[in-house]
Amino acid sequence: MRTRYLPVAAFAGLIVAIQLATHFTDSAYHLTQLTMTAYYSILIVGLCMLIGYAGQISLGHAGFFAIGGYISAFLTARDLSSIKGSGFVSFLSKAGLLVSRADLYGGSLLNVHPWCACVVAVVATVVIAYFVGGPVLKLRGHYLAMATLGFGVIIYRIVLGTEFLGAADGISDVPGFPLIAGLEVTGKSSLRVSNYYVAWGMVILGMLFLLNLIHSRVGRALVSIHGAEDAAGAVGIPAARYKLNVFVLSAVFASLAGIFLTHYNGGIGPSEASVMKSVRYVAIVAVGGMANLWGALSMSLVLNYLSLRGYFGSFDDTVFGVILILIMLFAPDGLLRRHLFTDLKRLFSGGAAGEEGR
Amino acid sequence: MAGITYGTIYAIVAIGFNIIYNATGIINFAQGEFVMLGGMAAVTLSRFLPLPMAILGAVAITMVVGAVIEILFIRWLRGPSVLRMIIITIGVSILVREIALHVWGESVRALPYFTGSSVSSINLGSVYVSPQVLWVVGVSAVAVGALSAFFSYTMLGRQMRACAANRDAARLCGVNVGNMVTLSFMLSAAIGALGGAVVCPITYVHYDSGTPLAIKGFTVAILGGLGNSMAAVGAGMILGILESFSIWVLPAAYKEVVSISILLLILFVRPSGIFGSAEASRLKEF
Amino acid sequence: MTLLSVRDVSKRFGGLQAVSGLSFDVVQGSIKALIGPNGAGKTTLFNLVSGMLDPDTGEIFFRGEAVQELSSHEIAGRGLVRTFQHIRLFPKMTALENIMVGRHVHSKAGFIAGMLNLPFTWKEERRIREKSFEIMELLGIADHAQVEATSLSYGQQRVVEIGRALACEPQLLLLDEPAAGLNMRETNEMGELIAKIRDMGITVLLVEHDMSLVMKISDEIVVLSYGQKIAEDRPLSIQKNPEVIRVYLGDEQ
Repeated sequence: MRTRYLPVAAFAGLIVAIQLATHFTDSAYHLTQLTMTAYYSILIVGLCMLIGYAGQISLGHAGFFAIGGYISAFLTARDLSSIKGSGFVSFLSKAGLLVSRADLYGGSLLNVHPWCACVVAVVATVVIAYFVGGPVLKLRGHYLAMATLGFGVIIYRIVLGTEFLGAADGISDVPGFPLIAGLEVTGKSSLRVSNYYVAWGMVILGMLFLLNLIHSRVGRALVSIHGAEDAAGAVGIPAARYKLNVFVLSAVFASLAGIFLTHYNGGIGPSEASVMKSVRYVAIVAVGGMANLWGALSMSLVLNYLSLRGYFGSFDDTVFGVILILIMLFAPDGLLRRHLFTDLKRLFSGGAAGEEGR
Repeated sequence: MAGITYGTIYAIVAIGFNIIYNATGIINFAQGEFVMLGGMAAVTLSRFLPLPMAILGAVAITMVVGAVIEILFIRWLRGPSVLRMIIITIGVSILVREIALHVWGESVRALPYFTGSSVSSINLGSVYVSPQVLWVVGVSAVAVGALSAFFSYTMLGRQMRACAANRDAARLCGVNVGNMVTLSFMLSAAIGALGGAVVCPITYVHYDSGTPLAIKGFTVAILGGLGNSMAAVGAGMILGILESFSIWVLPAAYKEVVSISILLLILFVRPSGIFGSAEASRLKEF
Repeated sequence: MTLLSVRDVSKRFGGLQAVSGLSFDVVQGSIKALIGPNGAGKTTLFNLVSGMLDPDTGEIFFRGEAVQELSSHEIAGRGLVRTFQHIRLFPKMTALENIMVGRHVHSKAGFIAGMLNLPFTWKEERRIREKSFEIMELLGIADHAQVEATSLSYGQQRVVEIGRALACEPQLLLLDEPAAGLNMRETNEMGELIAKIRDMGITVLLVEHDMSLVMKISDEIVVLSYGQKIAEDRPLSIQKNPEVIRVYLGDEQ
């Protein structure tokens, strides 16, 4: 187990080192994009699990990001004051799920509490993912790719074309998300450092869950499904059910990423659901080595950060398109293949593969 | 009426998909970009050339692009998986799209109406039809007819069909499979570009118009049975009409939601399409 | 006691009737062989019994329960496990890990337990590993535990695949051409292994082309031709059956 958690500790150290570096070079503004990168990375590692371990492509994952973000945004930003008297609102109020706040002009707003909104968004994501995933995962090859692409476009069109979801402008004025002990997910610059650590803390927590899963009985089953699905079924592994579960898990990761990033940014727009975003996420996972969580995470850190800082300029989408093409042409298993590391390890440890193996 | 216009263009895109699919087993997601390029190039060329020449020029340019895509990205791959190929073509379509964005900017363009103007109409019995719609349907019909004659009666066309049926056998008979594949890309590009040029006075064209067309064209191709171009025509009409009728039920912004829902429905229920057969679709291996 | 009962099973693929009106039983504790020329429907029958295909007509009873509609993993969970004609080991996993996968039906840790790395999973994993290693020792391949499964020799891979099936603790083991690709020495060892498996209390149904192996270890033989059963009897009687001789038995030891 040590070999599993050591990289996590190292990564945590890296995160701290980066923050200290920005502190001492007086460039704390970098933390903003780094925090956003963290939230995107949550989606990326979940997607990596789906593509690499369940062997399923998804060209519509931005759709789940948007489902999480929009539901949360809508519930926490939509003013319920106008229907204050209705039974529904008073029920929510008695259940302690509402919160009052002041808007920009000093008037008062009545919104759903972010925790409640978060739960609703995640539950909705799970339901949709099970509903969509069931039939979609029975497809293969280009049919699967087109179906997931289509799902993403449906979500995009819905959020783009619906008035009460803000149409082309999206939803803004989304409040911060109060966590525990005074920590809050918000874009306020005074809380920049704590938000940075909260975001990356979530990433590390997510990585821990996924690493544990990979090294567990289920993880082994997933690798076997990916290796020889009918043989896996022949020894009792419920392949379809497990693939669906991984799909839903990756959808939840994407949704949580959407929820928290929306609270951090204070809003969300339809472009978060676009095909370009979905393609970008797949490109990052592909470059990182389809079944390599650490590869996907590091690539996400680098590429998302550069993109958010604007290094790619007007060629932002182009870059990811080109990356995708190059990887698919030359290294379809990704650059940082899982076995690259174990192969290197074997080289250095004199040929004896450790007990923990994988 | 809009249903027929859009239906025709969807059918054209679907036929483009089918040509390449039949020759290679690949789904070329960049098909929609061929249509977009046809329109965009025609508009640009129409500034220096008379309209018919501009359209021919646009078709020629797009054919070259199609060939370049095939040579650069497809030709030298050895036995790639179908999934890998569709992702590559998605990447290519993004590339083409972004290049179009940098060349032509974000503006929406259109060719002038071929005959008359946007308000003129011809009386066909009890219906008033814009002359451009007749152009769209007419040109498309001629193109489809020409293609089908090409495949049935010319040596080259028969060679392509041989490739589609059994690549190795065709190779053994002396057919240059590599060139056939390039040719299939060029033909797909040509028909897409022609459709794009003819339809853009009505539908307008901008750098982003390719992707939605690709999705809908794919839907139509599946609906008619992948590889079956005659059925694609019928399927295109069905989708176009369904889409235009959906406006009565749902707000116009959801038109694409309707067509994609149809796609998902078909994929889940009957991936071989309404005209295809389950056996035939299983033969095209994944 | 009848462990497996195939009743009037048929399967058609387009124009080809792969199996038609097939009925036979397998008695617990025995070794039964399915033989027949290529295309006789043996692998199709295996696919039908193990749940990879559904029959067009007929029923299949395992331990008294009708299983023809169940999926392969549900059938495996009930104690009916198969191996494959073309070895299907999991690539990128060691031989030991391949066998550990076979313990899946006898362990519990699910997604949540896995993600949270709950303490009960540690003991369970250790037991899975130990039991799998025991199986490797039983089969004599314990030395190769940490080797990547697909880099073993063909004969060794076959044994690993059987080990994986044994890890499921099946009551009925379906072996699809276990001797295919093996030389004479390996074939003899395979025969001994199958007998050992029977002695462990596991019933065996095998498809095989190697007649010497079949005649030596089987208690009963079913002969198929063009999807139909043409004989079902003890080995010595099968050898003398004129119908069988006519259809199939070319060379015999």
